[in-house]
Formats: sequence, structure tokens, C-alpha cells
Amino acid sequence: MFPFSFEWIWDLSHMIFMGGLVYALTIIGIGMTYCILKTVVDTMHGKGGGQQH
Amino acid sequence: MDSALIPEGVKRCSFGKFAIGIIIFGGVLLWGVYAMLLIWLKGLNQTNMNDYYGFALWIWADLGVIALGGGAFFTGLLRYVIGKDELKNIINYAVLIGFICYSSALLILAIDVGQPLRSWFIFWHANVHSMLTEVAFCLSCYFAVLTIEYIPLILENRQINKVPFFHNLAHNMHEVMAIFAATGAFLSFFHQGSLGGVAGVLYGRPFAFREGIFIWPWTFFLFTWSAAAYGPCFTLFITRLTEKISGKKLVKQNVIDLLAKISGWTMGTYLIAKIIDTWYWASVSAPARGFNLIDFYSNNPFYGIWILIAEIVVCGIIPALILLTPKGRNNSTLLFTAVSLACIGVLLNRWVMVLQVMAMPVMTFDNWVMYIPSWQEVATTILPVAYGIILVMISFRYLPIFPQERELNS
Repeated sequence: MFPFSFEWIWDLSHMIFMGGLVYALTIIGIGMTYCILKTVVDTMHGKGGGQQH
Repeated sequence: MDSALIPEGVKRCSFGKFAIGIIIFGGVLLWGVYAMLLIWLKGLNQTNMNDYYGFALWIWADLGVIALGGGAFFTGLLRYVIGKDELKNIINYAVLIGFICYSSALLILAIDVGQPLRSWFIFWHANVHSMLTEVAFCLSCYFAVLTIEYIPLILENRQINKVPFFHNLAHNMHEVMAIFAATGAFLSFFHQGSLGGVAGVLYGRPFAFREGIFIWPWTFFLFTWSAAAYGPCFTLFITRLTEKISGKKLVKQNVIDLLAKISGWTMGTYLIAKIIDTWYWASVSAPARGFNLIDFYSNNPFYGIWILIAEIVVCGIIPALILLTPKGRNNSTLLFTAVSLACIGVLLNRWVMVLQVMAMPVMTFDNWVMYIPSWQEVATTILPVAYGIILVMISFRYLPIFPQERELNS
């Protein structure tokens, strides 16, 4: 549910619930985007290819 | 046959033996899938749920696996946020167990809602006054976090890891894992709590109702606390079981000892809170609503006072005492007994908070109502167990789950 949905009400419950969900999804999304972008850059620079962990 | 996929330096059973295991548990899985399809195609009339039991076996299983899977968030918190570095040797398995538990919980919910095609309604038409909405949000997000924690393990498979992109991705995901682990702990705290909160706010059900702080009944905190305490016990239980079945030592004793000790202290403090809660409920909350403690445990064929004693003493205080003493932790049999009892204890707690709540009469004209699940409910509850065993078998065979295995078995 987004603020432009007809069911949306600007009250504390909506802001906390939906804000919390968006907050968690943003962290997960940014984290994964960073990992994938860095991986693309690393791979283009020729890193990896072994089992160094 | 598949030796190129098995991690280097470790020994696994023959492919034939492995395939037989997969076929056996695959058969059980198919039985569950058949029951699941019956429920989806024919509806919830395939179950023995009724107006008394709107929450039944599935919700108990759901709450049970979520509590047992709590080992993932708590071990992750200890490893990545608090910095208990020794736990890096068991965190992979804790994540795998958590992934299995949470995917099982979501599968059970998909069956329980009866109309899975409308599952997305809970996000789009969210009831922001419901604790179950919070559970749905946190559960879905935390499952995403567990998937992110599980992916690097898959990428570290011997063959997949040879591909530079996957190798780098696994490495980069490890680098930022602390952020995901912290997010997971935050999400877990709320959904574990809200599951307890659902029972605690039932003011029409004196067996479950509890006072609390602001909008949160005490059961909110007790559920989170118990998941943190008993979840690692399930991780230890499955680890020990895997060691017994595979005939290998997989984790060093100091790692087991540390997790068992932390679990023991968390259980000990939880039990003090639980006993105070039970005493206050029995002496103040329930009498204020016209009930005595014994009313909750008499005049019915199943729910006797034994269940309270079993939950708090036999499967609570006794395993906590074993885990708190160095002698108990160092004795393999005692440790296995303690973690087994602890797992039964948390499952008993979830059982009474789901099913005894429904069984207990609340009106003067009401009687105790017993419930026996249909075979379809039983099959769909066993389904995640078979799925979990298969995923453990595949992961143990092909992924480097235990970093100390090579050293311990050389």
C-alpha cells in the first residue's frame, strides 16, 4: 500500500507499519544492489576465480 | 559420480546411498504435496478446523518452526553484531536451519490461508491494527534476509565457486553480512514478539490474556526471549544429530560449549520471567476474570497440570541447569538430552498458546472442545520436515557448511 492508494490514511499506524516495511526493504535492496554492482566491477577487473575463502 | 561437486578434503557416503535417502524422504514429501493440492483444490473442508479451532495444527507448527528457527537470528546477532567470532564455525548451519524453518513457515501459511492467490492482499490492503500484519511483514522480509545469508553458501560450492562472478559475489556478500544479520535480528525481534502478542491480547480468553507495557502484552517479550533461548538449542540438536548420522565430528567442542552456555543463560533468565508471569497470571490476572489456575487444567481428557510442569520444569529448568554447568555441557549424552528437552519445551509452549487457548471453555455453557487434525493436516505438517531433511542432505553433501570438518576428521 502506497500513500497514493485510496486506503491510505496519514496516521501513526500507517506510517509505522508501512514505514518499517519500506525501511527494511530499502536496507535489503541497497545491500544487494551494492553487492551486485561491486561484483560486476570486481569481475571486470579480473578478480576472483579461485577458492580463497 | 558426483565427487567433483563435493567440498574438497571431506568424505561423503556413496551416491547410491544418498539417492536412496532422497527417494525415501521424497516419497514423504510427495505425500504432503498431494495433501497440499487437495487443500488448495478442494478447500479448507479437507481439515478438521471449525469455529472453535480457527487456529489449529498448522499454526502450532508455524509458531514451532519459527521458534526453533530463532537460532539463526540469535546466532547471527552474536556472531556479526556482538562479535563472538568462534560462532563462525556453526553460523552456516544455523542459517541453513533458519532458512528451512522460515520457508516451511511460509509454506504452511500459504496452505493455511486457503486462498494463496490473495496472499499479497496482506501487503496491499494491510490492516495496520493487527499484530499478524506485522508478523507477515517481518516474516517475509526476514525470509529474504535468510535467503541472502544462504546464497553465499551455495556460491561456495566447489564448481560454482570457480566462476569469477559467483566467487566475487559470495565474497562481497560476506563483507556486508553484518548489515543483513542486524536487519534480520531487528525483524526477528518483532515478528517473534508479535506472534506472542497475538495470544496475549485475547482479552476474551483468560488462558492467554496477559497485561503488559503500552500495546505489548508480556507474551510479546516472552516469545522473543524464548526463541532466542531455545532456537540455538535446535541448532545444537540438529548439529549433534548430523554428527551421529554421518559418523563425523563437525564442530569443535569449544564452539558447542559457547553456544550451549549462552543458550543456558538465556533459557535461565527466560524461565525466571516465565515463572513470574505464570505466578502473576495464576494469582492475579486469571482470578480477576473469574478463573482459578486449576480451571485451566481440569475436566478435560488431555490438558492436565502435567503440561505446565512438563513445559516449565522438565523441558525448561532441567535443560537450563544442564546447559549452565560445565560438566553438563561437556557430557555429550547430557548435552543432547538437554537440547532435545529444550526443543520439546518450546514446542509445548507454542502448543498451549495456540491449541489449549482454543480448547478452554470461556462461557458458562461452554465445554472443553478437543481437536484431532485430519490426515491432510498431518501430511502437510510433515511435508516441511521431509523438505528440511532433503535440503540438509543436499547442503551437507555439496556445500562447505562446516569449516572445521576437514581438520577434525583428518
